[in-house]
Amino acid sequence: MKRNRVVVTGLGVVASNAVGINDFLKAIQNGENGIQFQQELKDLNFSCQIGGTPEISEETLNQYFTKLEQKGLLASGLIYGGIAGQEAWSDAKLSTSETVDFDSGIIFGTGVLGVDKLREAFQKIDAKNVRRLGSTSVLQTMASGISAFLGGKLGCGNQVTTNSSACTTGTEAMIMGFERIQSGKAKRMLIGSCSDSGPYVWGGFDALRILPYQYNDQPEVASKPMSANAAGFVPSSGAGALVLESLESAQNRNAEIYAEVLGGHVNSGGQRQGGSMTAPNSTAVKICISETLKNSKLNSTDIDLINAHLTATAMDSTEIQNWSEALSLSDTNFPYINSLKSHIGHALAAAGSIELVAGILQLKHGFVAPNLNCEDIHPEILKLVDETKIPRKYIETKLNVMLKASFGFGDVNACVALKSFKNEK
Amino acid sequence: MTHNEIIQKLKSIVEPYVNNQPNFEQLNENSDFIKDLEINSANLVDVVLDVEDEFDIRIENDDMEKMLNVEATVDVIQKKLNQK
Repeated sequence: MKRNRVVVTGLGVVASNAVGINDFLKAIQNGENGIQFQQELKDLNFSCQIGGTPEISEETLNQYFTKLEQKGLLASGLIYGGIAGQEAWSDAKLSTSETVDFDSGIIFGTGVLGVDKLREAFQKIDAKNVRRLGSTSVLQTMASGISAFLGGKLGCGNQVTTNSSACTTGTEAMIMGFERIQSGKAKRMLIGSCSDSGPYVWGGFDALRILPYQYNDQPEVASKPMSANAAGFVPSSGAGALVLESLESAQNRNAEIYAEVLGGHVNSGGQRQGGSMTAPNSTAVKICISETLKNSKLNSTDIDLINAHLTATAMDSTEIQNWSEALSLSDTNFPYINSLKSHIGHALAAAGSIELVAGILQLKHGFVAPNLNCEDIHPEILKLVDETKIPRKYIETKLNVMLKASFGFGDVNACVALKSFKNEK
Repeated sequence: MTHNEIIQKLKSIVEPYVNNQPNFEQLNENSDFIKDLEINSANLVDVVLDVEDEFDIRIENDDMEKMLNVEATVDVIQKKLNQK
């Protein structure tokens, strides 16, 4: 069977430290932190009163949503995903014509969509006022509302769906879109993921006592992946989006190519062998990484950068150990590794796609984004990796191959391999 | 409230939902919400809710089903206002 090569031709992003690709590139180069104190969380007696919420200007909102679409619009995830998805599409210089394009599809994931709209709906329903919900309650609160919204905006006629696998969602969406193009079922797939902001998404994690409560007066230093003082992940939100396209389609229309997707793997640890709802089965993680290398036809020494999951919990050392064992690399042989969560916190379902966008920008522009807030690297990590491989400052360097992995609630894993693209014509 | 006053208020209520601007500018009693003004059928629900808020009335399902053009809508509003 002929397998199509797949490339990335468009990017879009809404993150807590920047909205839009140009500002986001500068933000991750400069190590700008997007975590803010959240008065609302304090008022609601949260232990963790900080989080990452993207700032959406009136101008940006008007650019991507009509006045009518903005009416009663409370689903923050839909706003973030709607902006990122349309930005990626226009970044790829794809049109939004009146006709339907049966070769273009969408896989845009989320954890839960529109919790603030749901809350409004529940209040109206409980007040026996269901008749007053309005026409957009369904669109704003069904998980696939985001792909349905983008599908209508862009006129996509291939598969239009939403995937959901906790914190692996965005990375899983990339693999699903990649496989669809690779097998010839679509020429272009807009893939990505989004996550709502606020107490109704973050509350469950505060209740699990896995968010840091020590940094409410210093939000910018709270997210500490790989640090000896990592105190839990900082809740965040936003959206990332990428246009995947067959190499043939991209070259036929002279599209700018950011990177090539070489391969990837998705699996689960089955919540066995040390794995649980919240902890990964390390054997499954290592299989996920090594299967990615195998189907991407890569050796572990080919890897220049690991775009890690690393959330700033006690599991960070375990993740590093899994990478080290899966790749059989350690000390100075270990590739560069960074975690964007030190900049923007953990954007939950949106994490994978925002971090993929960040990773592809690093491949394209040849740099490693700094790891913030880990001047004191955890001693268990230093036993495995030389500290020069954990840059705390911006490094300009040519990168060829990057691995991105995401691990999620429910013991689910996703890993993908990307390569910088040289025009071969 | 006069017939004309109701039409003027209704005109500003439907404006955000309209997809055919020329027909909207010539809005009259015979204008059909879906065929002439090209309002998305799902948005008819929102038009009814906005009418309830603007005129401080409550519109039940049987009346709502009639509200497909300007004339029928004005009749329903007038009837509800008279019952107040």
